[in-house]
Amino acid sequence: MHKHKHEGIGAAVPRVGAKRLVQGQARYCDDIELPRMVHVCFLRSPYAHARILSIDTKVASAMPGVVSVLTGADLRAHCEPFLGVLNHLPGMVSAPQWPLALETARWQGEPVVMIAAQTRALAEDALALVEVNWEPLEPVVDPEAALAQDATAIHPELEQANLAYEARVDRGDYAGEVARSALSLSLNISTTRVTAVTLEPRGVVADWDSGREELTVWMGTQVPHMMQSVLAKHLRLAENRVRVVGMETGGSFGLKIHTYPDEFAAVMLSRLLGRPVKFIADRLESFSSDVHARAHTARVEIAVSPDHQIRAFGVDGLLGIGAYSKHPRGSVNEVRHVVNLLGAPYQFAALHAHVRVAFQNKTPYGMYRGVGHPIVCLLTEMAVECAARKLKVDPVEFRFKNYRADSDYPAELLSGTKLEALSHEACLRQLVSLMDYPALRQAQAKALAEGRYQGIGFATFVENSNHGSATYGRGGAPIAANDGCTVRLQVDGTVLCTSGATDTGQGTETALTQIVAHTLDLPLSDVRMQLGDTAAAPVGGGNWGSRGTGVAGEAALQASLALKEEVLRCASVLWEVPQDRIGLQGKQLVDVLSGQVLGTLAQLCQAAYVRPDLFKSGPVPQLAVTRFYAQREYDGGIYTNGVQASLVEVDVRTGCVRLLKHWIVDDCGVVINPALADEQLRGAVVQGIGQALLEGCLYDNQGQLMNATMAEYLTPMAGEMPDICVGHVVTPTRSSELGAKGVAEAGITGAIAAVVNAVNDALFPLNGQVTDLPVTPDRILKAIGVIN
Amino acid sequence: MKAAPFKYVLAQSLEHCLELLSEHGDDARLLAGGQSLLPSLALRLSAPALLIDINRVSDISAPPQVSGGVVRLSALTRHADLITSPVVQAHLPLLHRAAPWIAHPGIRNRGTIGGSLALGDPASELPACAVAAGATFILQSKSGGLRRVPAPSFYQGMFRNACAVDEMIVAIEFARMDALQTGFKEVARRRGDYAMVGLAGQARRSGQRLTNVGLSFFSVGDCPVLASKICQAIEAAENESQAVAMALDVYQRDMQASADLWCSSQAKKYIGRSVLEDVIHDLYQ
Amino acid sequence: MTFINDQVPDTGLNIKLQVNGQPVHAQVSVRQHLGDFLRESQGFKGTHIGCEHGVCGACTVRVDGRAVRSCLTLAVQADAAQVFTIEGLSDDPVVRALQNSFVRCHAMQCGFCTAGMLLTAAELLQAQLDPSRDEVREYLSGNYCRCTGYESIVNAVMDAAQTLRKARGE
Repeated sequence: MHKHKHEGIGAAVPRVGAKRLVQGQARYCDDIELPRMVHVCFLRSPYAHARILSIDTKVASAMPGVVSVLTGADLRAHCEPFLGVLNHLPGMVSAPQWPLALETARWQGEPVVMIAAQTRALAEDALALVEVNWEPLEPVVDPEAALAQDATAIHPELEQANLAYEARVDRGDYAGEVARSALSLSLNISTTRVTAVTLEPRGVVADWDSGREELTVWMGTQVPHMMQSVLAKHLRLAENRVRVVGMETGGSFGLKIHTYPDEFAAVMLSRLLGRPVKFIADRLESFSSDVHARAHTARVEIAVSPDHQIRAFGVDGLLGIGAYSKHPRGSVNEVRHVVNLLGAPYQFAALHAHVRVAFQNKTPYGMYRGVGHPIVCLLTEMAVECAARKLKVDPVEFRFKNYRADSDYPAELLSGTKLEALSHEACLRQLVSLMDYPALRQAQAKALAEGRYQGIGFATFVENSNHGSATYGRGGAPIAANDGCTVRLQVDGTVLCTSGATDTGQGTETALTQIVAHTLDLPLSDVRMQLGDTAAAPVGGGNWGSRGTGVAGEAALQASLALKEEVLRCASVLWEVPQDRIGLQGKQLVDVLSGQVLGTLAQLCQAAYVRPDLFKSGPVPQLAVTRFYAQREYDGGIYTNGVQASLVEVDVRTGCVRLLKHWIVDDCGVVINPALADEQLRGAVVQGIGQALLEGCLYDNQGQLMNATMAEYLTPMAGEMPDICVGHVVTPTRSSELGAKGVAEAGITGAIAAVVNAVNDALFPLNGQVTDLPVTPDRILKAIGVIN
Repeated sequence: MKAAPFKYVLAQSLEHCLELLSEHGDDARLLAGGQSLLPSLALRLSAPALLIDINRVSDISAPPQVSGGVVRLSALTRHADLITSPVVQAHLPLLHRAAPWIAHPGIRNRGTIGGSLALGDPASELPACAVAAGATFILQSKSGGLRRVPAPSFYQGMFRNACAVDEMIVAIEFARMDALQTGFKEVARRRGDYAMVGLAGQARRSGQRLTNVGLSFFSVGDCPVLASKICQAIEAAENESQAVAMALDVYQRDMQASADLWCSSQAKKYIGRSVLEDVIHDLYQ
Repeated sequence: MTFINDQVPDTGLNIKLQVNGQPVHAQVSVRQHLGDFLRESQGFKGTHIGCEHGVCGACTVRVDGRAVRSCLTLAVQADAAQVFTIEGLSDDPVVRALQNSFVRCHAMQCGFCTAGMLLTAAELLQAQLDPSRDEVREYLSGNYCRCTGYESIVNAVMDAAQTLRKARGE
């Protein structure tokens, strides 16, 4: 008899603490004010590549209100540099990175001088007074040029010059399959760098307590424990003297999981000054110093047999990751995803994948929601739809014909990637029904007859979640593959929990609260989940790679189950009833056989804490439990899947694309909160639409970022976005009792391909095809031949 | 992105304002709505020594007034007022149509027509409307008194106009458009963005012919320009389809559109064709 | 490394205004924008700064009854003005209806854009209580949200409009 089921696992309850957000009460990093706090800004390199000949800080230091002006040389002795390399990826290299550039600046925006003042405005005034003597060097901007024989090495000490990493997989008789195929086609696809553009910029507040020799850092972050480890190691402190408090965060999407030199420098300054230091990036510096992502050039190939079976997938690709591989996760995971997952939804016989990664004088690269999964989906699904069009086969039919059957799992891809259980067929069936596909094709034909160009595009996506230690831990990165949860009963029977998971808007706090409340059959209001403070929470990996619900959730479940077990044991001892007859129902302990209420949970807790003498046998009640969980069945992670469709209309007079509707059917296993899961999917879909049509960091050939404002870096806004219809298939994971897989990244992973495919479907009658992203009006007008 | 230090003075009257302009000239900037000035200060693209806040100058705050055949808009008329004012709705339909395309509601609540016209951003709507409508800018300075400048000759180049360094726009006069046809089209990928291509137009219609045609493109060049040759071609036509054909001919021959970060000049030129067609169609309604 | 003085130069003008219904006398640096003044000098952290060049709309507050971007208004320009931030608007029936709808319709995730969205949507509903979805989208087209994809926000505004219409007996 589950009294509070309506709020537990599976309930679409509103966010816990939602009132706080609508009343302006949330506390973000920039809201912190501490006594004697100083504000920091950075002089950043205006050049993509330059030697720093000299820095004169005298005048700036003397400006009233300025507290300190420091260079790389000043900081060098007080920290260890960062190296963003995973040592289980053979051939992956990078160069050590210091918080402030030393002799050479390697990207436009690299921090060179740190200025601290009473206010940010004064610090910016002082910035203008710093004199730097630069010797501009020829920048290496284009990744292809960076890998040429005669290219300038950005890090001369690296033996492989500008080659940061190279991944290769060859399986089966690729050349033979292509030769024997009825159709083989290749597409040259390129994407433009994008960046997360979180509405709340990055920032830290750091406070060094010189009395206790302890450091506290408040920051918007997805990974407080990782930050704790990184800060401790690189500042040469013990971890138990470093506290990272993950604040309420105004969006992250992977942005706030990296080690940023400017943030690190600000933390160092607090230690040097012995006073609190605040650094909040402004929007201008965000664009040039936040990580960028997803700039690929790839030739993808697909080979199909006479009876329409896909026989081979191939890709030759190139990626530029900026001046350094980002610490501590490295910057090459997008490539791993491409190589691991090309053609993943389909059965085929031969795989060729070769992707090279180059250093270049641009902003360093890092994780952004989905990482490489959206790219490999784009490559695969563009090839699939292009092939279907060429073969004059309906793209849905073509997919059903070639999917690996839902019954054919677990499976191992040619690349070696292990998949637990995917459900492409079930998802596509549901999608086709949700969108009333035949009606849409009819409407499309009618529109074409009227001279309007509508397009329908699909994308089957595979997205990783619940990562094991193969992703980072095995490579030496200080990133926990587990998560822990502590669940404690208070004297009044309410519950206080802590977890190393974080909530950057996705609703992790709510989901974890629901799991605990459901297990203990309590109302949500009786459970308080506190996240993200390393002083309170057991060590955990935090949120990334869609692991919050699946991994932290399982830890919360296990902790709650263990606590419930202990509650029943204590009840048994207290009220002298056999334990197997006792149920915890709606805040009461009940003899389930007789129906008699033995007492309330509050009474039990009261007794446990203030009257332990009443427990006549066994240990004193242990009403606080910690459990850790790590996903160890599939070291590479538990993959999820889904299908998306986009309906667009292209105005061929202007090249503008109108998004009429979007659909997504996702399989993330057990859904803890359908409303929050659906909102994750919607928000991520719109981010994908952004990369498909609008977003891109534009660089000139001198490595200068040309569109570093929100007026010129175009993100999706309300006026143009479609309504998004969401459906679910549920294939629980067997790797945990909870059965939940991740959902946070699925939306973006398929959306880019779905929209691009829809545009190309619309342009097909005009023999147009766009393979360069973002798909701008220019590219569309060129594709249909009205401009050149 | 904090602005560099500057001095600030709140102008108490028009006279006070003109006195300050005369004294400080190019070292000063007028602060009206601030919706363009403040971002440029935040980005440290400009660093004036003095900001003269004109928001409390009653002489330039009068609501839209119609008198005879003329509608007078004071310089501080907010963009939002162009949408809500019954005078503008009735007598200046071109501005009433264009105003909702300016940025977003919060910006329209503060931005002023004087500020927009004085800045003359080539991508903005109101300068093009003023040029197409043949409006008259009323300028005033301490040294020169009042001066009337027709809109088409006000704009001389990229952010260059006929305003002297001690001069400011105090009002703009439009001929009433009650008996006129108006046309407005803006193509942008996102609502409220700077246009990829835009066109403002007005004309007098009698039967199948259009006379007194005024057209001005925006987002294609350094400043809003009267597309006189296209206007003449339309005036010479005998009906709508002829007008479209002749206008497009001239357009194709003469239009040079400057590229921006996201849109090539060829694309702008191509998009401009349908914009022109659509506006001519509007003028014929 | 020497650390110099802690003086704060850049003092400015006296202003007198109303913030969230209370009189405020303050001395402000003339270059300080209204958003920073409200946050730093008056402690109203509910207004957020997202871009500081007027594009994202997160900093929207209400000045003399109108929604304005507080990063595009100097604090000194708010002299003699009535300013409301999200913290002062829970008694405003339109804002309150929107707040309830936002919670019900899951119209926020990280919450950073929320105050700006509420203030802007409130202005729409004050002008008209029966907007279409397209009209809602258009009115909010200058408020950036990276988390929701906007649909739930549109749902919430429509929901609040319906609640308010019912309350007025329509």
